[in-house]
Parts: sequence; structure tokens; C-alpha cells
Amino acid sequence: MADAAVHNAHPPGFAHQFEDMEQQREAGTLGMWVFLVTEIMFFGGLFACYAVYRALHLQAFELGSRLLDVRFGAANTAVLIASSLTMALAIHSAQTGKRKSVVMFYLALTMILGAAFLGIKFTFEWRHDFLEHLVPGFGFEVRPEWGAVGHHVPMFFCFYFFMTGLHALHMIIGIGILTVLTIMASRGRFNEQYYAPLEVTGLYWHFVDIVWIFLFPLLYLIGGHYAMGGGH
Amino acid sequence: MSTAVTDMQPGAPPESSRVHYLNANYGIKSWLLTTDHKRIALLYLGSITLMFFVGGAFAVLMRLHLIEPQGALVEPDTYNKLFTMHGVMMIFFFLIPSIPATLGNFLVPMMIGARDLAFPRLNLLSWYVYIVGAIFTLYAAISGGLDTGWTFYTPYSSSFSHTQVVPVALGVFITGFSSILTGLNFVVTIHKMRAPGLTWFRLPLFIWAMYATSIIFILGTPVIAITIFLLGLERLLHIGIFDPAIGGDPILFQHLFWFYSHPAVYIMILPGMGVMSEVVTCFSRKKIFGYSFVAFSSMAIAVISFLVWGHHMFVTGQSIYAGLIFSVLSFLVAIPSAIKVFNWTATLYKGSISYQAPMLYAMGFIGLFTMGGLTGLFLASLATDVHLNGTYFIVAHFHYIMVGGAVMAYLGGIHFWWPKITGRMYPDGWARFAALVIFVGFNLTFFPQFMLGYLGMPRRYAVYPAEFQVLNVVSSAGASILGIGYLIPLIYFIWSMRYGPVAGPNPWGAKGLEWETPSPPPTENFDEIPVVTEEAYDYANPHTGVARG
Amino acid sequence: MPGHVVPVRVYVGVFLALLALTGLTTWVAYFDLGAMNTVAALAIAVTKMLLVILFFMHVKYSSGLTRVIILAGFFWFAILVALTLSDELTRHWTPSPAPWGLLLPLIRGLF
Repeated sequence: MADAAVHNAHPPGFAHQFEDMEQQREAGTLGMWVFLVTEIMFFGGLFACYAVYRALHLQAFELGSRLLDVRFGAANTAVLIASSLTMALAIHSAQTGKRKSVVMFYLALTMILGAAFLGIKFTFEWRHDFLEHLVPGFGFEVRPEWGAVGHHVPMFFCFYFFMTGLHALHMIIGIGILTVLTIMASRGRFNEQYYAPLEVTGLYWHFVDIVWIFLFPLLYLIGGHYAMGGGH
Repeated sequence: MSTAVTDMQPGAPPESSRVHYLNANYGIKSWLLTTDHKRIALLYLGSITLMFFVGGAFAVLMRLHLIEPQGALVEPDTYNKLFTMHGVMMIFFFLIPSIPATLGNFLVPMMIGARDLAFPRLNLLSWYVYIVGAIFTLYAAISGGLDTGWTFYTPYSSSFSHTQVVPVALGVFITGFSSILTGLNFVVTIHKMRAPGLTWFRLPLFIWAMYATSIIFILGTPVIAITIFLLGLERLLHIGIFDPAIGGDPILFQHLFWFYSHPAVYIMILPGMGVMSEVVTCFSRKKIFGYSFVAFSSMAIAVISFLVWGHHMFVTGQSIYAGLIFSVLSFLVAIPSAIKVFNWTATLYKGSISYQAPMLYAMGFIGLFTMGGLTGLFLASLATDVHLNGTYFIVAHFHYIMVGGAVMAYLGGIHFWWPKITGRMYPDGWARFAALVIFVGFNLTFFPQFMLGYLGMPRRYAVYPAEFQVLNVVSSAGASILGIGYLIPLIYFIWSMRYGPVAGPNPWGAKGLEWETPSPPPTENFDEIPVVTEEAYDYANPHTGVARG
Repeated sequence: MPGHVVPVRVYVGVFLALLALTGLTTWVAYFDLGAMNTVAALAIAVTKMLLVILFFMHVKYSSGLTRVIILAGFFWFAILVALTLSDELTRHWTPSPAPWGLLLPLIRGLF
């Protein structure tokens, strides 16, 4: 077929349904943005519930927030922002035609930072919460010193675990995709002309970063920490 | 194009030797691993037809049961499961994917002059995701069923029901992602892959409808996904955010549920409206009246549909102030819907109308949808809703929209594009007969339910006072006619695939890029991408609106 | 055809700004500003989000379509929150029989 001949002339990574590489790249990026909008609404459902219950049970939410350790939250924010930088640099080095080892270096760094985030989250925070009996459904204990609003505190922790858990799940998926990209990079698949998979994954990774940018203040910071006489 | 519509081009190869998407390759693998949007459309067509008849079987059992006031057939517990599974199957596994995943998948690339959707592999993935969700739900159906109603209201679903909440929730959750993938694919395809010359205001109105539907898929479905996910967690862990024991609000579940599930009604009806615009113009041989009004009313419906969900909750304990807002907004959504009905009827005016089977379904749609829509206004009014909520009036109302509207349009669309899909004609006489049977059966089934509801018969009960028996028997009789009406097309469609007369590229003399291809179309749809030079539905212009490069 | 190439110094600058804002938002949380604590935290978070979207995600250099899609996402999220709160926050208001009385709780709520 004449069509097939025309299409075969295109570079690797080109899909038959498109007219040219530019159309394919635009479609891919647009597709990822549309997907991210679905993610906004997916997390949005949880954030909306959070807004409702925070308005209804303000004291319990502030109490719960003060039981979290701001230092870990802040450190993780920095780690995640750094991983966004290295992700951007990985795309940049592919765009500007750097050697494949440079792309792989930045991708690997992004994955390491992502893993560090999860490490802090699981081993320091979640394990600590479990030992303190703060995990709803797994031996949560309402403490007498919480007073009248104490029986609403588990609600805050439901949100804490659902939100950070869902976020962590997205991180794990992201690290999985980055692993595939690193393998692709090691095979020299990316160059100045073809780096769409990196670009699209970058959008996803930055989005996950943005979710955390909101989770950090909503869960850790707006709990009336001044009432505790400053810092830990 | 309007010349030589049915006979084939002289010198064209005979039908059997031409390579098209159906005979390009054979074997089960060539279907299960296909990325061709037309084959995926057929995969969907087969699966949703199966789910339709499974869901229909539940309905038949229900109507049989209700022949007698004390219930003729099953235990009350079983009856609860029947109406729940009927709702779940029909809504999540038939109506929502019905037109988008079959006709939409088949037609979107063809109508815009593209070789495929933007992401063919995601398209195939969406079908597999659908199948996995369907398997979970079918498993739940045979392993005990579900009795919460299709709405899964908490706290009954999260704490008290002893039925298969988690498998069905999982099935609905998973199937949601197939909708999301379809919507994403359509939006990107319609934005990025239109043929040269095919500007937004030359697009067929079916494409506008698909675009509006995709917006709802994309913005609504994730919310039901997270909601069902939270419900599942709450049921498994016995603690969760809708649990009143820790300060949760079960009505919040309803907010999140209806944030998606009300727009989902428009997921069902918008594609049907798109089909209407195609069929009505073709069989009245006229340009659509007020193209841009019809196009923008689709978009308006997509937006406003997200602002009205609280009208499902007027009697649930929702604040009456919120009720006021939702009531006003609900009235607003009637405006774009009415604009469409006016424009279709205005299109018919002084058209040269012919009454082939697709047109009969279209006529049925316009009348039944209008009735369904107008009775919706009764329910959007706060005061009348208090009387009618939870009665058979609601049941009749939404069946007029979903069956009288969406299913009629779906069947009309299938009849309209069947020659394009299979290359064969079905027997027109039988098709018109079936359309009539369905119309009569439908009205006989559901009109008495308006009366029952107005008289105060509550929905979802296995028994009822003896005074309601006459109307219930009429309804059940209608349901059996309706059931037969649905079986007739199934038979002649299967028959036509082998024995139907060869259709030719454009048996209706219709306008639109999909009719420019042979029937069935080749795998890549177009040998060369067409250049569009005219507006949609230009039936006054006898020449084809496509420039060949 | 390659997309827009953002210079490395822009990325590093954005990174440093994000770190600084993280420090700022943490620092502010330890002062009693009443309701302004929440406002400040959200304002800083939105600023950080905009930095990420505009520079890391290249929206500053991308088409209007991308911007419309992002705005649609946030707009629909706002619909979800606003209309849900319209119920949850007004549920305890007592209805008043006079038509103008319906406005009273709203007016009272404002002052």
C-alpha cells in the first residue's frame, strides 16, 4: 500500500494514525493534560470532603494536625520539589541532545528522590503513627486529653491516610514509569526530535508534586501550631 | 455523493474480494488484539448487548413479580436484588457506554476524516477495563447479588447490607476508567485530528455531542471513582469518612455520588441527541435548523448538568437553601434541551420526510424525550418533588429519558449506520415493525407508572396495595411487548450480517465523511485524507462536499 | 519538531523559589493569625502550584487550549466544593415563612 510506504519513512516511535510527528507530540501532551484534569477531579473528591469536614469539625482537625510532625512534612516537600527539578532537567537534557547517560542520570536521581520521599513517609511517619495508635481501623485509640471533640479525631486521620496513601500510590506508579523510561533512555531511544514520553511523564510527575504542595499545608500546617508554644 | 447512492461504481471490485476492516485478517487474536477503532466498536457492541439482555432479564423478572399485589414470584430480599442489579447493569454497563463506545468509537474518526482515534491502544485498553468491571459485576450477580439500589447509599451499603457490595463497587470503579479513557481519546482526537477544512462549525452535530459527552466523562467519572473507592474502604475497614460515629455525614456520599450520576444522565442522552441530529436531517433532506444553537446547547447541557445534582436530594435532609439553588439550576437545564427539540421539529418543517426505520426511532425519541423532560420539571420543583419523590413517577420519568430517549436513539443510530458497519441492509419492513412494537410496548410499560406514582405507589417495594393492580398488570403486559420488540432487531441484525442485501457506500444518500467510504470501510478508513469544503448537512447541494487531492 | 526549551537557570530559579516558599509557609504556621493562617497557607500553596505549572510544566509557553483545560479542571473542582458546602454549611439554618425571610440568614451570615 502507498500509505504504508509513506508511513514507513517516518522516524521510530511514529504511530500510523497521525499525519506527522508534531501532531503526534501535540496529541500526546494534550492527552496527558486531559488525564491530569481527571486526576484533579479524582483527588478533588477527597479535597472536597476534607473541606466539608474541616468546616464541621475544626477543632478535631486542628488537634489531629498537631499530632503530625511538621519536620517530616517539610523535609518531604523539599525532597519532592528537588525531584521535580531533576525531572525537568532530564527532559531538558533530552531536548538539547545531551548524551544518553546524562538523561539516565537525571531520571535515576528523580527516582531516588521519589523513593526517599516514600521512605520518609512510610518508615518515619506511618510507622510512628501506627505505634502511637493513630491509624483508623488498626487499633485507633481516642485519648482522654483530646476532650469532647476526641471522637472526631479519627476523621482527620482517615483523611491523612487516604490522601497521603493515594498520593504515595501515584508516586509508586510514577517511579515505575520512570524505570521504563530509564531503560528506554539506555537504549538511546530519545533525542532532540523524540522525547515525548519523557515530556508526558514529566507532566504527571509535576502534578503529583502539586498534590503534595497542597497536602503539606492542609494536613500539617493549618492546625494551630502556635498553640503548642512553637516548634517541636 | 447524492448521485449513485446505492449502486456500486462500475469497475469496482466485487464486494467479496475487496479488503475492508472486517476481512483484513481473521481469527480470534486479530479481534482481541485489534487497535482498529471500528473493531473495538464491535467488541463493545457485543459486550453491551449481552449486558443489556442480562439487565433486561432482571427487569422481566421484576415485572412478572409485580403482576400480583403480594408479589407473584420472588422473596422481598430477592426483589431488592433484582431492581439493584437491573439498575447497575443497565446504567453502568449498558447506557453509559452504549452510544459513545459503539457508534462513537466507530464514527468519530470517520466523521472527522481521521485514520483512527489518537490513542488506539488506550481504546483497546478501555474495552478490557470494561470487561474486567463487567466480570466483577456478573460475579457479584451470581454469587448473591446486591440489594442497596444502584445508588449505593451509605450507611446501608457501608455498614448494614449483607450482600456483595465490594465486588459491585469494584466493578463500577473499574468500569469508570473505561469511560475516562474513551472520553480522553475523543477529546484529543476531535481537537487534533480533524481533516483539513473541517472547522469546528462544519463538524457533524454527532461530534459536538460526543465532545460534550467526553467532557462529562472526564470531569465527572473521577469523582464517582473516588467516592466508590472510599465506600469500599469504609466497608472493608469498618471506619471511613461517611461513618456518623466519627462525625461523618452519609448525605455527603450522596453529594459526591450525584455529582457524577446526574451528569451521567446526560452522558446517556447527549449522544442520543447527536444521533437525532444526523438522522432527522438525513430523512428530511434538510440542513439542520440553527446549527450553532444545537451545537452550543450540547455544550451548555454538559456544563449545567454539573450544577443540578442536589435535586436528587430534596427529601434526604439536604439544606432547603441548597435545595432552592439546585431547584432553580435544574430548571435551567431544560432550556438547552428544549432548544434541541425545537430545532429538530423546525428541521422537519417543509422537509421531504421519509419514514425508514431510523427515522421512526427518531420520531419516537422526540416525543418520548419531550415527555421525559417535561415530567422532570415536576421533580425539579421543591414542593411537587416531596409528593413524587420515591414513587413510580420517578421511575417512569427516568425511563422515558433513558429508554424512550437514550435507547430509542441508540437503536435508531444502529439502524442508521448498520449498512456502514456491516456493508449489509437489514429487512426494512421488519425494522419498522420492530420500531412500532418497541414504541407501543414502551408506552404501555411506563405510562401507567406515571399514574401509579402520582397515586402514591412507592418504588422499590416487592408488594403493593391491591388497588394498584390493574395499572401494574398493564405495565407488565407492556414490558413483555417491549421485550419482544428488543428481540426482533437482535434476530434480523444477525440474519442481515450473512443474508442481507449489499448496502453500497451510502444507502440513505446521507451527507457526512463516513458515507464517503466504501461499506464496510477499509482498515485505515480513507485512502487519502479528505479535504472538506462545505458545512454539515448541506442536502441542498447535490455535489459531494469533499475535494479530492 | 522540538518544543520550547527552557533555560536551566529558570528551572533552578523556580526550584529555589519553591524551597523558599516552603520555608515561609512553615514559618508562618507558628504565628497566631486566626483565620489568616489558612488563607496564608493556601495562598502560598497556590503560588507554588502556579510556579510548577507555568515553568516546570511549560504552560507559560504552551497553547491557550492547555490553559483552558487546566482552568476547566479547577473550575469544576470549585463547583463540587461550592455546591456541596451550600448544603453542608446551611443545613442548620432555620427556614422562615416570609419570602424575604429566606434572605435573612444569608445577611446575618455576612455580618
